[in-house]
Amino acid sequence: MAESVLKEILPPITEAQRRSLWRRIWEAVQLPALALFTAFVVGGLIIALSDFKVLEALADTSRRLNPIGYGLLILTAVVLVGGIAISRRPEIILNRLGFAATGRQSRWFNLIAVVLTLVAVIGLLVIIGFGHVLALAWSAVISAYGALLEGSLGNPAQIIAALQSGDARALALAFYPISESLVASTPYIFAGLAVALGFRCGLFNIGAEGQLFIGALTSVFVGYSLTGLPAIVHIPLALGAGALGGALWGFVPGFLKARVGAHEVINTIMMNYIAFRLSEWLLNGPMKRPGAVPVSPFIAEAAQLPRFFPDPIRFHLGFFIALGMAAFVWWFLFKSRWGFEIRTVGANPNAARYAGMNIAFNIILAMCLSGALAGMAGANEVLGVNYNLANAFSSGYGFDSIALALLGRSHPFGVVLAALLFGTLRSGGTRMQNVAQIPIDIIIVVQALVIAFMAAPGIIRAIYRIVKPREGEVVFTRGWGR
Amino acid sequence: MAATTLPTTTPRYTQAQLAAMAERRRHRIIGILMVLLGFAGFALFAVNADPAAVSTFGLNTGRTAAFRLGDLVVPTQATVIVLSSLCLFIGGYQFIRGFGKSTNAIFGLIILFFIASFLVWATGDKSINLAAMINSTLLRAVPLTLGALSGVMSERAGVVNIAIEGMMLSGALVATIAGSVTGSLWVGVAAAVLTGVLLSLFHGVLSIRYKVDQIISGTVINIFSVGITSFISAKFLSEFPQLNNPGTFRSEPIPVLSAIPLIGPILFDNNFFTYAMFVLLIVIHIALFYTRWGLRTRAVGEHPKAADTLGINVFRTRYTAVLLSGALAGFAGAYFTLGSVGRFDEGMTAGRGFIALAAMIFGNWTPFGAFGAALIFGFADSLQSRLAILNVPIPSQFLLMAPYIATMIALAGLIGRTTPPAADGKPYEKQ
Repeated sequence: MAESVLKEILPPITEAQRRSLWRRIWEAVQLPALALFTAFVVGGLIIALSDFKVLEALADTSRRLNPIGYGLLILTAVVLVGGIAISRRPEIILNRLGFAATGRQSRWFNLIAVVLTLVAVIGLLVIIGFGHVLALAWSAVISAYGALLEGSLGNPAQIIAALQSGDARALALAFYPISESLVASTPYIFAGLAVALGFRCGLFNIGAEGQLFIGALTSVFVGYSLTGLPAIVHIPLALGAGALGGALWGFVPGFLKARVGAHEVINTIMMNYIAFRLSEWLLNGPMKRPGAVPVSPFIAEAAQLPRFFPDPIRFHLGFFIALGMAAFVWWFLFKSRWGFEIRTVGANPNAARYAGMNIAFNIILAMCLSGALAGMAGANEVLGVNYNLANAFSSGYGFDSIALALLGRSHPFGVVLAALLFGTLRSGGTRMQNVAQIPIDIIIVVQALVIAFMAAPGIIRAIYRIVKPREGEVVFTRGWGR
Repeated sequence: MAATTLPTTTPRYTQAQLAAMAERRRHRIIGILMVLLGFAGFALFAVNADPAAVSTFGLNTGRTAAFRLGDLVVPTQATVIVLSSLCLFIGGYQFIRGFGKSTNAIFGLIILFFIASFLVWATGDKSINLAAMINSTLLRAVPLTLGALSGVMSERAGVVNIAIEGMMLSGALVATIAGSVTGSLWVGVAAAVLTGVLLSLFHGVLSIRYKVDQIISGTVINIFSVGITSFISAKFLSEFPQLNNPGTFRSEPIPVLSAIPLIGPILFDNNFFTYAMFVLLIVIHIALFYTRWGLRTRAVGEHPKAADTLGINVFRTRYTAVLLSGALAGFAGAYFTLGSVGRFDEGMTAGRGFIALAAMIFGNWTPFGAFGAALIFGFADSLQSRLAILNVPIPSQFLLMAPYIATMIALAGLIGRTTPPAADGKPYEKQ
């Protein structure tokens, strides 16, 4: 009954509106997807150009070039530049040819121009004799990215074989890469949520790394100094200590921002280094386990996050806690009054002020929560994976999370997806390094490019000729002063 | 954030009165700090000093060609007491009467006294080479100053540059490779400068053309630099060590000046980078504050709209400043490989770009202020490496934290307000 009444009152849903949902999803996804794709293409270029075999073959072939070859090489360059020029401004050509250049037409023309240019350039290079160089480059990229995939998701044939045999050990080995990816994703979810929450309040929390360190320190301290507690008490206590430590590290820059207007970027950077030195001192002094190595003692067994499968699978409860935190952050940001205030302060501080919101309080709250989330990332690593704390244990989770929050568009669900992606990249990168001899650092380069493309959608739009969406871009932070 | 409260009633004081009150409060706080430093000097150093001990300071660097000086020997406890009392008296005067405009200079002096009394106490019954220590302070301040100059350059034009760290790291790597391949250190320096310029061009295009948040665009460069330098280092430098052996600039004593006792070996017996730093300091100071170009650059950083109205090309001015900033940062990067150790190691800048940024803030966005801050930070660094010899019960990590904590205090406006260029960090939208 009610439904039919609603149908009477509400205007009928048009075909355009029904499409608009899919359109909206596509609009939300296309930019991150294209940014990732482009970043990987650039990464592939770097891999190919730094491959010894490729470089040798390139030098060898170039040495044997004859004048005709040089001529063709120049022709190739002309074709490449011309093709790019044409694909940048298809309207001019189309108008010359007598078409009224509509968006659709020029887009098709653009695609054809790009494909033709690529085919022509590759064809010319093969004719000149660079064919095997291209083949080598291609195989270098494929083997690198193949190893990356296999290291992160596992070998499909191995997985199928293990499933058919049902052997526990084979299963564990087959699913080990996936589980490692999930383990690596877990701190990313926490830290990514931390940075995203900051962004929502107009704060750029570069300090996630330091907050993560402090969180790890406090939670490992609670983990090893308390003994005899049941797990149900000890785990929340240790996790909470981590969150508290991180929150404290986020509070200081938040307080300074709110009270004296000191920019949080500088202060969080400074707090990062203070945290590094502090942990260095603690692990070399008060918190050092007897022995030569600067490592903390192991945490009590009751403080360890439970693992679900026997060794070597390290998949642990932290993953689900992280997902729970993502859901909580979503609820907090979009369904609670506090979250609404935080988002208002982030979107338009003046409006928030005139609506009577306490800006100082919201900034401090956002920084504390952000720090707490980052601290939980550290606690999670200590309680779920390492069981103790060594110097420089994090190796960049906090910094990567900036890229991640941008890729996830500062939305908790987006952050989870981006974190899963970054976790797989991280765990697969190790295999890529061992098998394909590609230093894992290429992933950092890819991440930097992802940030650049996500922050400057104009570049991606210019490359792929995408029309700007109606609503404006998200503003992340403001300038230095106040 | 002073403007958080709504202006509901008519204000009781005028803006000028409020500013004067804030200034008086600031002077009081500084006075209290000075007195506290004096008390700290008594409590920490004078009480713990052995009355019979003497502190010995060497005044000659090892390789000096200058006229050699005898060691400076002072009674430990007496000196500490004198220095701490000075802190107390000057601080008391500051609290009651105030030094007015020279407050900051006096405060610097007091900090110097405090550091001196710490040193005298720490060297009780031991000896330390003061000249060598000052020299190493200066050396450690060189990359910080160059990096800070890079920051001053771009931020004065209104573009935040937190990518100093990344530009230095890339510059260091490229300098070592170019220097090793060509066998010429000068080519290495030029290549490093060029690298900085390229990265800053990227920064400029992102932040000026695409109006990306300048902090994010700087972060991109930092992360990218870490990735690409580690990648190249792991892929090529470990495979071909001959690519990572450019040699270093030797120290070139300036003929007459280096023979002056004490300051000769400290100031005039250094390598190319130190001299270049002094020249750049003076050149940039004059260029920014005494030329038409500098006035325009600063105008663009303070009020781009007004500058635009007066016919200054905001975008071009900003690009110029950002590219110069990149060149400076790249040059600073070359110091790490060509000016000091002569090889590249992964992550070798180790956060010095951020300390340079801190020095720039501490120095209130001026070249000489940044140099002063860089000297303080360089001193903390150089002291930290000598703590083990002095056997002082302070963990070296705390001294390494000092620059960061000092910057946060400075930024909090506790000791005088730092005033960034008004339009710093704001993309300019031409109407």
